[in-house]
This record gives sequence, structure tokens and C-alpha cells, in this order.
Amino acid sequence: MTGRAVITGIGVVAPGQPGREAFWEMIVKGKTATRRITLFDPTPFRSRIGAECDFDPELAGLSYQEIRRTDRAGQFALVAAREAMADSGLDMDAEDPHRIGVSVGNGVGNAISMEQEYRTVSDNGRQWLVDQGYMKPHLYSYVMSSSLATEVAWASGAEGPATVVSSGCCAGIDAVGYAVDLIREGSVDVMVAGATDAPIYPVTVSCFDTLRASSTSNDDPEHACRPFDRRRNGLVLGEGSAVFVIEELEHARRRGARIYCEVVGYAARANGYHMTGLRPDGREMGEAITAALDEARINPDEIDYANAHGSGTKQNDRHETAAYKRSLGEHAYRVPVSSIKSMVGHSLGSIGSIEIAASALAIDRGAIPPTANYEERDPECDLDYVPGTAREAELDVVLSVGSGFGGFQSAVVLTSPRRIT
Amino acid sequence: MSAPVITGLGVVAPNGQDREAWWRATLDGTSGLGRISRFDPERYPVRVAGEATKFDPAAHAPQRLVSETDAMTQYAFAATNEALADAAVVPDDFADLDMAVITANSSGGVEFGQRELQKLYSEGPQAVGAYMSIAWFYAATTGQLSIRHGMRGPCGVLCSEQAGGLDALAQTRRVLAKGTRLVLSGGTDASLSPYGLVCQLSNGRLSEEHRPERAYVPFDSGASGYVPGEGGAIFVVESREDARARGVERIYAEVSGYAATFDPRPGSGRPPGLRRAVELALADASLAPEDVDVVFADGYGVPELDRQEAEALAAVFGPEAVPVTVPKTMTGRLYAGGAALDVAAAALALRDQVIPPSVNVRPDPEHRLDLVVDRPRETRLRTALVLSRGYGGFNAAVVLRAV
Amino acid sequence: MSANMTFDDLKAVMSRCTGDVDDLTPDKLDAAFTDIGYDSLAVLEIASQIQREYSLQIPDEAIEGMQSPQAVIDYVNASLAAV
Repeated sequence: MTGRAVITGIGVVAPGQPGREAFWEMIVKGKTATRRITLFDPTPFRSRIGAECDFDPELAGLSYQEIRRTDRAGQFALVAAREAMADSGLDMDAEDPHRIGVSVGNGVGNAISMEQEYRTVSDNGRQWLVDQGYMKPHLYSYVMSSSLATEVAWASGAEGPATVVSSGCCAGIDAVGYAVDLIREGSVDVMVAGATDAPIYPVTVSCFDTLRASSTSNDDPEHACRPFDRRRNGLVLGEGSAVFVIEELEHARRRGARIYCEVVGYAARANGYHMTGLRPDGREMGEAITAALDEARINPDEIDYANAHGSGTKQNDRHETAAYKRSLGEHAYRVPVSSIKSMVGHSLGSIGSIEIAASALAIDRGAIPPTANYEERDPECDLDYVPGTAREAELDVVLSVGSGFGGFQSAVVLTSPRRIT
Repeated sequence: MSAPVITGLGVVAPNGQDREAWWRATLDGTSGLGRISRFDPERYPVRVAGEATKFDPAAHAPQRLVSETDAMTQYAFAATNEALADAAVVPDDFADLDMAVITANSSGGVEFGQRELQKLYSEGPQAVGAYMSIAWFYAATTGQLSIRHGMRGPCGVLCSEQAGGLDALAQTRRVLAKGTRLVLSGGTDASLSPYGLVCQLSNGRLSEEHRPERAYVPFDSGASGYVPGEGGAIFVVESREDARARGVERIYAEVSGYAATFDPRPGSGRPPGLRRAVELALADASLAPEDVDVVFADGYGVPELDRQEAEALAAVFGPEAVPVTVPKTMTGRLYAGGAALDVAAAALALRDQVIPPSVNVRPDPEHRLDLVVDRPRETRLRTALVLSRGYGGFNAAVVLRAV
Repeated sequence: MSANMTFDDLKAVMSRCTGDVDDLTPDKLDAAFTDIGYDSLAVLEIASQIQREYSLQIPDEAIEGMQSPQAVIDYVNASLAAV
């Protein structure tokens, strides 16, 4: 384990307008992308709001064949991967494709297509023995989420190790952690790594309805997601993708690449307790944070900004606040903590990568994106949540965390290129 | 850290509901392929599958857990119980953060999912059950195992179709190298609901042969595709030092080498990546081709893919230079469980010094393979190579060595 | 479906959700779900099954009040009476 992994390219398709710069501009202004769901008619649902991408696959440059064979999640990933590749300036003609790998984080696969095709072959839920005569030729690529890695590999030209990392809502962090591990062990020089999910469709919306985990502020979508606020009433589903070019430091230096940040520490832990529940004392997330800092050999008080999971549920935000106190000690009260889910929602397996993109851009641009909609203090959530307005700040060390069903907890530590010696 | 070793094995397979029953059937050449019984397959062109028909989920987990899980996870409950007992692991003897779960998954809990989709569209959104959120997604099995056995270290889930079981073993090796002491690794899958089958039909690689004994015959000139199956294997993996220190009596095998590659995009004219995966895995194990005593081939059953694999093997080892076998001819391809089951077969082959046969196959001489057919072959085995390919371009290879 | 939920009706619903309900005897009617082995997810699953079988829409606040089998029965019967 000798290699060092740096991010040299970033591509984003987030709620609102696609593209890295549109994403950054939106979150740094504290604007939210939440609205009444337009991807289907949400009238019969308990929660009828979502943070949707204004995404047209043709305008985004995908070929007709790519559009035909991919789900919305795959389309997001293709666009984000191409933006990341272009941003990195990686010249594939000069690279050995065998030394380039792919890891794509994902939570719920090609969920929209799986549901749409189910409706067709089952005659809208009438037949258990579904009708093969209405089968779409790309159905197999929908049922196998691994197709998301295939698409990104084809788009980037990678021929090294490729996989989909599918640890639920931590997948977006874990896919980056996986990439960093492969670079450090020397299996690859470059990873095209990130995550994608497009869950805003009836079955996922009804799942969160049934769990009573999503916000019901249907009359005020813009202010529905209120992480850490006393009046928070649940998460808002989002969608999108962020993909990175991550490469070994010397490889990046040799080709004179621009470096956004180094990924210096990563850890995943499980709560081993409940598939959806969290201990109020913040133990499991705190352990992931501590382990990531240990790997990075960084002291808690060096953290300049914590990019929160901050889903806006009662349970999470309390757990997470406690986790910062457990893992960072007194520094928890000093470090700015913000949740961009207040603006882009919770895109399940993808959000961890979108939040890493926000963290990397925060280092690059010297600004901390705010927590939108934060107004009323909760006695159990008593940290500095950067309410409403972005802050200028020189950031050397940034922590980003995630938490998800199955008990998964992950944390990643990024440092400014100023710290690379 | 010393190389990781497999100290416990658990299996659920179409031709055996536990490790030893499955292994006896495998050596006897007893196939688990038959007409699909989970539902009436009459209307579908594919009617043969490898089903774990005699499996009783309630024998391996409390009813509460059975209610909130898909069959894919229930198989993992059973295989994990067996693997932990086999390795004489009492999870309470370990610190919870020192143990982790890393499984492969491919299609999620498709039967559970189809049932809830049917509720959604026939009754409305309020009919969708709370367990849908935790049963259908790809991470369900790892999450449930982590909770059930109190394993709180770096857990993970990888999806690379049939290659995932080997990728999970490689990720297991990584987390052990970072300090985790014990990992449950492997994969299980249950892809057979009507919607699950129709999804698979669309890949054009399933065999439409209705006679179970002719449906899945990789490397045979009559190969007509593959048969899907369900089940898989779970392993207990730990460092050799740790295993010795806690007095483990039997170490099945050391995980000595691994590599994964990805095929060039279609139309590039460049060769597929399987051969490179074999070469890199051998290099990773610091072994030469002649050190390999047996190859557990991927054996897709699709003529062009069989030809590519045979060519890769001939290129690395020379024609007919190493015994090759495909015991999955008795189970079908188990997707996320497939490569894991092949690892289990390789581990037991090393234990018993016997190569399990491929059944029903008459290898096409053009493939120039020394395929072990019909009867097991007793021979000295020290090193086994397991190959796997996942739909969409994934290749992986693992080298296991007897210790 | 009767227009009233009895203990046996609830037991039948719970059996369809979580399988075994043999331990669920009338003396546990007022016991907290968490004390008799039903976690928060199991209660949500039961609520969802009741929504299906009784054609009810159970609001979030009512779910929070469903701490025991008796509380569920009381809620369902009050809702059915109000229809």
C-alpha cells in the first residue's frame, strides 16, 4: 500500500441543470431543486416531492443507441463519466487501458426501467406469469446493475478491474473508497469511479412512504428538506450521478494534471443492529469517522469542514450530530457542518459521490456550501450547520460521511493539494 | 499480513442443501437441473433451471427474518450458519468491529420485488410493505448477515454478475490486509421468479433445450446456452496466522492470487480479457502455469464464449495441459452465487484431492481441453484456478492453494 | 371483512406479516411491541398490511401512537367507525 490517490476530474449530473458548474453554482447559492414530482403522477402518494434532474439525454450528448439501451441511472452515469474524463484531460491514446479500472456505486439498480418493463410484461400488475412477448431486448441489462459499470467502462475505454459497488446509500462513498484501495495496492493507475441512481419512481417513493421516512411538506417542496432543523420531517428523494477520475499521484504529476484533492482516508463500518434503525448515541457513524481519520493520519481538530449525510430525518440527524461529538470531541462544536441534501435531496446510492464532488469543489473553490432551510435549532442538534448562506473558507481537510439501510456507515477524508508534499 | 485462508464453507445448491450433501452429489455427478417448479414455466421457452427446491428457510433462521427477506438472503442465512460452524467460529469471541461481511449480488431479491410490484400496481401505493425497502436491494444480504452475527467491520457488496463472487473474495483480502480479522465472503442468488426469468430471457444466452441433461453442456459441440440456477456459497476467511492462533484444525485453502479485467468495448477488435485475468492472477500468486493442477472453468455454454475460454486456457497452459472441470453443469449458473460455489468446489477438491466432474458433456475436440467428465478424477492437487465471467465484460480469476 | 377489528383479526394480520404469532396471547395486548419482539419495521409492515386489508390510509401520527397491539386495534376500530 504505497500509492496515493488524487481526484483529477469531476463530472456531475445533479438535480437542477446537469454539469459540474451548474451543480456548484446551485449549491453555493443555497438554492433547492425540490419540486412536485414530474417523472410520474404522484397524486396517490403520501410524499409527492422530489429533487429531479432537468435532464434530456439527447441534449446531454448521448447517442441514440446509448439512450435505447440504458436506464436513466445509466444515462446520468455516462454523462457524468464523460464530463469527468474531459475535465481530467486524460489522453486515452497515451494510457494503457488495462491499467484503468471502473467502480460505480449504486443503490437500486436500473429501478425506473425495471418498474416500467414490469408494468408492460405484467399488464400493469395483473399477471404473475408475466408475458415474455412484451419483453424489451435490454431487460437483462436493467435487472443486472453491473451494466452500469459496463457502460462507464465502454464510455471511458477502461479495461482493468470493473465492478458495481452496491452498499445501499453508502455506495457513493464506498465506490470511491474501493477505487482508492485499488490505486494504493497498485492494481491500477487510474479509476473512473463514482455513483449513480435514479430512484424517483412509484415503487421507491412508496417504499419511503411506507417507512414514513420521506417528507410530507407537499405544499412547500422548496423547504421540505430541513436537515438538523427542529421542524425537519423527513428526507426528499433525489437522483443523479457524480463520477471522478481518480489516479495515482505520480501518474497525475507525470502528465501535469490539475489536482482537486487527495483522498487520504476512507472507512466503512456497519451498525450490526438494525436494517433501518440507528442508535441515538451516534456510535456507528462515529466509528466510521474515527477509522477514516486513522487511515488518513489526521487529527479530528484538523478538519475544516464536515460534509454531512444530513438526510433530514429525525433519527439520522440526531445520530449524526452525536457521531460528530463522539469522533471529533470539542472540535465538533467548531467545525462547520452542512448538508447539501437540503438542496439536491437524497439520491440513495449516488449521493455519497455527489457529496464528495461538493467536498472536492469546496476545497477547490474555497467555499462551504450551506444547509438550506435551516432555521430553528433542535436541542439535540446543536452544531454549526452553516445555515442558508455559503461561507468563504480555505479548506485543507474535509470529511464527508454517509449512512444507509443495512446498517452501512462510511466516511472519507479529502485534503487540499496544498498539503501534498 | 499472511495470505488469507478459507476456514469455513457453507453451501446451498440445486443438487445439495448443505456442503457435504452437495459435495457428494457433485462427485457422484448428480445433477440438480430440472423443470422449473417455482411457477409453471410452460409458456416460456426456457423451462429448465437449477432450483434449490428442498430448501426450508425456517430451518435456518427465525420466522421473523424469513418474512423480511428474499430467498437470496435466506440461502445466505443457511450457508453462513454452516460456514461459521465449520470454521468453529463463535462471533462473540471476536470484537464486533474485527468482523465483516462482503457478498456479491446480481439481480437483488427478484421474487420479493415482483410480489411488491404486483401489490403496487394492482392495489395501490399504500399496499407496498415495509420489508420491500430492505429485501429487494442488492445490499440486503450483507446487511442482514452483518446484523444477525454482529459483524460491524468494513462490510461491502459487489455486483459484477457471475464474476462478483471472485471480486468479493478479493475485496475480502483487501479488508483483511487493512486489519479486519474475519470476513464472511461469497455470494448467493435467487433469480427465479417469472419476472426474473423473463429478464434473463432477454440476454439471449439461456438454453431453450427442455431435456435437463442436454440443456447446459459447455464445451460440447451441442452447447446451446446456459441454465440459470439458484443458491451459492459463503466462506469464512481470515489470515493464516489468526486461524492458527485460534487453533483452527482445517484450512481448506489459501487465497493466493486474484485478478480482474474488463473486455474491450464491442467492435474494438481487441481480444477479450479472460486470458489476461488468468495471467495476472498467476503473477499475483507468484506461480507459473505449470503449477496449476486444476481449472474450474467459467463454462458459459454459449459456443462463441466457450471457444474464447478454451483459447485462453490453451494459450496460457498449452493444449490439454491441465485438467479442466465445470461442476456447474449440475447446478446451472448461479450468478452472484456461481463463482462462490466454484470456489467452494475448488476448496473441497483440494481437501479431498479429487476433481469433481462435468456432467453430460462430450467436449468438442477443437477446444483441446482435458475436461474431466462423468466421473471424479483422483489426483494430487495443490493449486486450483477458478475462472468467472460476468455478462457485460467482467472477467475474474482466483488462485487457491492447499496449505 | 367485519367492520370491526378483533384481537384474532389483528393476530391474523400479524401472521401474514411476520409469520409466527403463536406467542401472541391476549395478555400481551397492552405490551409494547418492542417488548414482545416486534421492531419498528415490523409495526410499519403491520400498518401497511392493515391499509391493504381494511382500505385505510393511516397517517404518520397514528403510526407513532401504535405502540401496542391494543393501540392498533383501538385505532383501526375508531377509524372504521368514522367511515
